[in-house]
Parts: sequence; C-alpha cells; structure tokens
Amino acid sequence: MADKTAPTTAHTGTPLVDMRNISIAFGGIRAVDDASIDLFPGEVVALLGHNGAGKSTLIKILSGAYKRDAGQIFVNGQEASISNPRDAKKYGIETIYQTLALADNVDAAANLFLGRELMTAWGTLDDVAMEAEARKVMGRLNPRFQRFKEPVIKLSGGQRQSVAIARAILFNARILIMDEPTAALGPQETAQVGELVRQLKTDGIGIFLISHDIHDVFELADRVCVMKNGQVVGTARTTDVTQDEVLGMIILGKCPPGAIPGPGALKIAA
Amino acid sequence: MTDTTSNPQVDTARASELGPIARFLKATEIDTRMLGMIGALLLIWVGLHVISSLRLGVNPLDFDSRTFLTPRNLWNLSVQTSAVAIMACGMVLVIVMRNIDLSVGSAEGVIGMVMGFAQVHFLVRFVGLELGNPWIWVLALVIGLALGLLIGAFQGFIIAYLEVPAFIVTLGGLLVWRGAAWWVTSGQTVAPMDATFQLMGGGPAGSIGATWSWIVGIVACLAVVFALFNGRVQRKRFRFPLRPIWAETLMGAVTCAVIMGAVWLANSYPWPVGIVNRYAAANNITVPEGGLFIAHGIAIPVLMAIAVGLIMTFITNRTRFGRYVFAIGGNPEAANLAGINTRWITMKVFMIMGVLATIAAAISSARQNSSTNVLGTLDELLVIAAAVIGGTSLAGGSGTIIGAMLGALLMQSLQSGMVLLGVDSPLQSIVVGAVLVIAVWLDTVYRKRV
Ligand SMILES: Nc1ncnc2c1ncn2[C@@H]1O[C@H](COP(=O)(O)OP(=O)(O)O)[C@@H](O)[C@H]1O
Ligand SMILES: [Mg+2]
Repeated sequence: MADKTAPTTAHTGTPLVDMRNISIAFGGIRAVDDASIDLFPGEVVALLGHNGAGKSTLIKILSGAYKRDAGQIFVNGQEASISNPRDAKKYGIETIYQTLALADNVDAAANLFLGRELMTAWGTLDDVAMEAEARKVMGRLNPRFQRFKEPVIKLSGGQRQSVAIARAILFNARILIMDEPTAALGPQETAQVGELVRQLKTDGIGIFLISHDIHDVFELADRVCVMKNGQVVGTARTTDVTQDEVLGMIILGKCPPGAIPGPGALKIAA
Repeated sequence: MTDTTSNPQVDTARASELGPIARFLKATEIDTRMLGMIGALLLIWVGLHVISSLRLGVNPLDFDSRTFLTPRNLWNLSVQTSAVAIMACGMVLVIVMRNIDLSVGSAEGVIGMVMGFAQVHFLVRFVGLELGNPWIWVLALVIGLALGLLIGAFQGFIIAYLEVPAFIVTLGGLLVWRGAAWWVTSGQTVAPMDATFQLMGGGPAGSIGATWSWIVGIVACLAVVFALFNGRVQRKRFRFPLRPIWAETLMGAVTCAVIMGAVWLANSYPWPVGIVNRYAAANNITVPEGGLFIAHGIAIPVLMAIAVGLIMTFITNRTRFGRYVFAIGGNPEAANLAGINTRWITMKVFMIMGVLATIAAAISSARQNSSTNVLGTLDELLVIAAAVIGGTSLAGGSGTIIGAMLGALLMQSLQSGMVLLGVDSPLQSIVVGAVLVIAVWLDTVYRKRV
C-alpha cells in the first residue's frame, strides 16, 4: 500500500470509490496488476488504454463480476465487500458492460428490471408498470424508440446500447461504470449520451468512463487514468495534460509531467 | 384508435407494407408457429381418420366408431396424452435453460413403483392402515411427491453446483432410476391400486360426468373472456397499443368454441354397456329400451394436466422465477451480472421436473391399475419431442407451455393413430424417432428464416 497513488490534491474529502492495489490473474495472465484508482462525487474519470490493457477487467472487479486476487475497495471511505454483482448494486454501483449483458430473448422492459422486477400486490410480475417505466426512461435516452414488445435481439446495435444505458440509470446509481457506452451509437445518440453524462455529473454521481475516443474523453472527463498491460501508467487531470501527452501514455507508457505516475509508467533512467 | 403509439411513422409505415394474412396475424397477435402446429395437428387427425376409414371400407364422413375422429378415440387420446403433457411442461423450463432431462421416464418409473409399493404393501402391512382408508392414497401421493422433489433436487444440485453437464447427469439418472425401480420389489408388479388413487387414471369412475363437464367448460369460457377484458383494461390504463376489437372478439369466440366443443365431445362418449348395467343395478335404475346413456365427461387426468398447464403457464409468465428461467436461457452471463442466482434457479427447475414426473407416474400407474418397473419407459423421448415440437428451442431461451402440451397431443395422436391402424410397435418406434428428428430440423430451418 506504500506505493498507492495519492488522490489528486484538488479533491478534498473522501472519494466515492477508492480501489487500492487491485490485482487479478487469469491462468498465467496478470490482467490487472496492482492497479489503484479513485473517483469523487460528480466526477468523470476516463479509463484509457489499448485493447487488452485490463480496463474492463478492473471495472468488472468493481461491479462484482470478477473476484479480485488482491487489493481493497473502499466506498465512501468504508471498506466494501464486493464478491458478486448483487453486492455491487447494494453499494449503488451500476454498470454498462462492454458486451451490454442483455438477455436477448426478453423485451426491453424485462431487461431494464432484470433482477429487480416490479411486483404487483399479488406477488406477480407487474409487466404493465415495468413497461410504463421503461417507456419513461427510454424516452429520455432515445425518444424514437418504440419497440417495447420485441425481444432485444431484434433491436439495432444502438437501440440495444440504449437499453443497457437505461438499465444503469434507472435505479439511481451513485457510481456509474460505462464500458465503451457509445461503441454502437451514431453521432446523434453519442451526443445524447454525452448530455446524459453531464446531467448525471451535476446530480453528484461518479462515473468511470471507458472510451477509445480521446476527443470525447477530453470533453467529458475530469481526469484520465491510463492502463497498459494491466498496470496503471498514470493519472492526470484533463486540464493538466494535452491529448498528445495522453496518447503517449497509452502507446508508450510515458508519463508526462502533468500526471501522477503509476506502477506501469515507463521507467527512464532519470 | 388501435394504435396509440406516440410515433405513428414507424408503426403505420410497417403495417401498410403487410399483406392481409400478415395484418390479420399482427392484429390478433397469433404466433405463426403456434398456428402451424395446430394446422399440423388437424392434418394428422384428418389424415388418420381418412386412412382408418378407408382401411375399413367406410365413408370417412360417416364417422364410424372404429375410426380416428370419434368421441371414444379422442377421449382416450386426451387421457393418454395427460402424463406426457404434464412432464412436457417441466421439460420446457429445463430446455429453455439450455439443459436436458433424459431421466424423466425412469424417474417416473421408480416413483410409480414406490407409490405403488406404499399403497399396496407399506401403508397397509407395515403402518397398519385398513384397505380403502383415505389416508392411503394421500400418503402414497405425498411419498411420491417427496421422492420426485428429492430426485430433482439431487440431479439439479449435481448439475448446478458441481457443474456436471445435465446431459451426463440425467443420462446416468436414466439408468440409475430404472434400476432403482426394479429394486423396489425385485421386479414384481404391484397391484391393485387404492380405489381413490385409481381415479387419477380416468375411466368411467375417473371422469366428472356431463353436468360437471359443462360447468367446467362454462367457467373456462368466462375465465377466457375475463382475461381478455382485463388485459384490455390494463393496457388502456397505461395507454399501450390495443388489439382491434374484432381481433379480441375473434380470439375469445374461437377459444370458447374450442373449449365447448371439447366438452361436447367428452360428453358424447358413453360409459360401456357392462358398466352402465352394473351401475343401474346397483342404484335401482331401470335401463330403458336401447340402453342407458351415461356420459364420461372430462377425465380427471385431463383436468390434472390442464391444471398443471395453467399453473406452469402462470409460473413462466407471471413470476420472477419464470422470468429468470428465460433470461438465463437467453444469456446466462447477463443473468448472472444482473444478480440472479442462476445455480439455485437451475436446481429449482429440476425439482419442478421431479414433481411433475410424480404426477405423471400417479396418472400412468392409476390408469394401468398397477405399477411395474417398466412404467414410463421411453417417456423421456416423447416428453422431449413434445417440448421441441411445441416450439421449445434446444438452443435455449424460448418455449411455451401451451406449445409443449399441444406437442404432446401431436405425438400421442401419432402413436394412438398408429395403434388404431395396426402398425406394429417396432415401426411405431421408427416413426416417433423420425418425427423427433424432422421436428428439430424444421425448427432449425424456421429459426434461420425468422
Ligand atoms: N474471463 C477471462 N478469462 C481469461 N482471460 C481474460 C478474461 N477476461 C479478460 N482476460 C484477459 O485479461 C486481459 C485484459 O482484458 P480486458 O480487461 O478485457 O482489456 P480491455 O478492456 O482493456 O480491452 C486480456 O489479456 C484478456 O485476454
Ligand atoms: Mg474492454
């Protein structure tokens, strides 16, 4: 814990999420290696890195999909025990997975409420109420969406992504994880997601955003955290580094002066 | 007024592209696949009727009593279908979750033997209940249900928690439970069954008679009308798109006509002469000229199957558990990430399958008035075929209870028809096996196109 990256000084108080020295290996591959990252209320932290850098794996540890081999997670300063997705949801952590994680054979409403269905007084599924809620939340994200009765496998990539996003914001998340949320979206919907991110920010929600679009990242994120080969190269405020410097972090692992280096930073003989 | 969606562009544009048949299907929300199956069933019935008539050299339109489309034959068909239809309901859930249960026929066998042994030997000789004591059939059934639940839980546990593939676990079960069925009495047949227990097998006593059948039919029709009406009110309340009135009326009318037609058929099949005369003598009724007509009405096993079908439909459509079963079948990883306890749901599905195997065992052994260690042999094939023919996808994630029950009726129609036509049993097996393979092939073709 001695080498833990100190939180950026601009933030005072306890971070919403503080992941410390997280490691996980699959077989021989150290997918995440001693990674530390934190997130404050109302903040957007972008996670960057090549494919296979370990971004999805790191956030899946936070969302309870994977069990970490080592490290600690603190939520609001309290150590959190997250060993499955249900635990994570209890802490107000909602996730939009890169794979979307939708049950393809059921409709949008059923997916939105999967695991947290609305029930009638008789203890049966309240499909009508769930559809009504689904229409509300989908209206906010994708007003043209009308295919509420169809299994989501019949929807377009963008519509499916909207469903996955709607599910994450439906339950008043305090911590939102977005793993490449705009990969299948057109420019208009992407702008809508950007708008949504800003709106959620003002509500005090902390967001981890994984994206390949460095331009978007600089628009939306307060800080960036770059990963390479499972390790954190460095963390920086978007105001303290340039886009080229961040690209240098991603490609070479070179940590610029404006960033706080992590264990994965390229070690140059000083 | 039928289309209250806020974006008329999307839906009307699509509706106008459709032909009249497609428009009809869209308005009534009938599944084309279901329609295809009903068509196939009717085709088989008419075909068997015509062939059986021609074989006898009679006009098919005379509906000779030895042909296929007669009250007697259809009534028997309904009773024979019950056990397989009940197990097919459970198999839908099993297959929807991407599993399989090859052990249902053998489980049915051992449970039937244990229930038979309980009522004929154990409860009478060792517990000391007198023959005919109503506790006998109740306790025998409770023992059977407990055993079915246990078998299901055991297999389900190995599949869900020890992660042994269901195919292997239940293939093992196929042998284990069949062997166990033999062990109960070292292969000896157990008979006769308790008099009340026997009612579950149908027959003149195990049917509810004309009056009650009409009452059941009318209540069912009222329920259908109420369900349609209630669905409409619910959708109106939330301003969701409604089906056109004519479509609702048509659906209600057709369903009620089918129900009342079935009741009429069951009420057209009289008790056999010998039983009527004995009954008349016992109750001091003078048999009129030309014989006394006492109708069977709906058989108790058929009512049991309908009840199971309704309960299972309710479970799949209206409960959390049912929703989870389908979600897991559609994408197990997504279900897991949504916080669903997929293992426990898997285990529960197999437990339900075990309970349904018990009900099927009760019906089959009651019908034969005996338990033998071969009870239910090859039923797993009929049950799986019923589910698959009824639209349950072996890839998981889709299937309906009503479809599986119709599938069971279709399989049983083929089998009974072949018996009627005097097809010998090896050829029957060949046909059943071929139909199963063809059905799965058609399913594959259908799914590629839709
Ligand atoms: N479930 C898994 N089993 C085995 N290896 C995995 C698994 N998930 C991820 N990995 C490996 O971990 C590394 C990091 O992957 P990932 O987190 O998906 O990267 P990113 O999201 O940054 O593209 C990759 O080498 C990947 O192959
Ligand atoms: Mg990824």
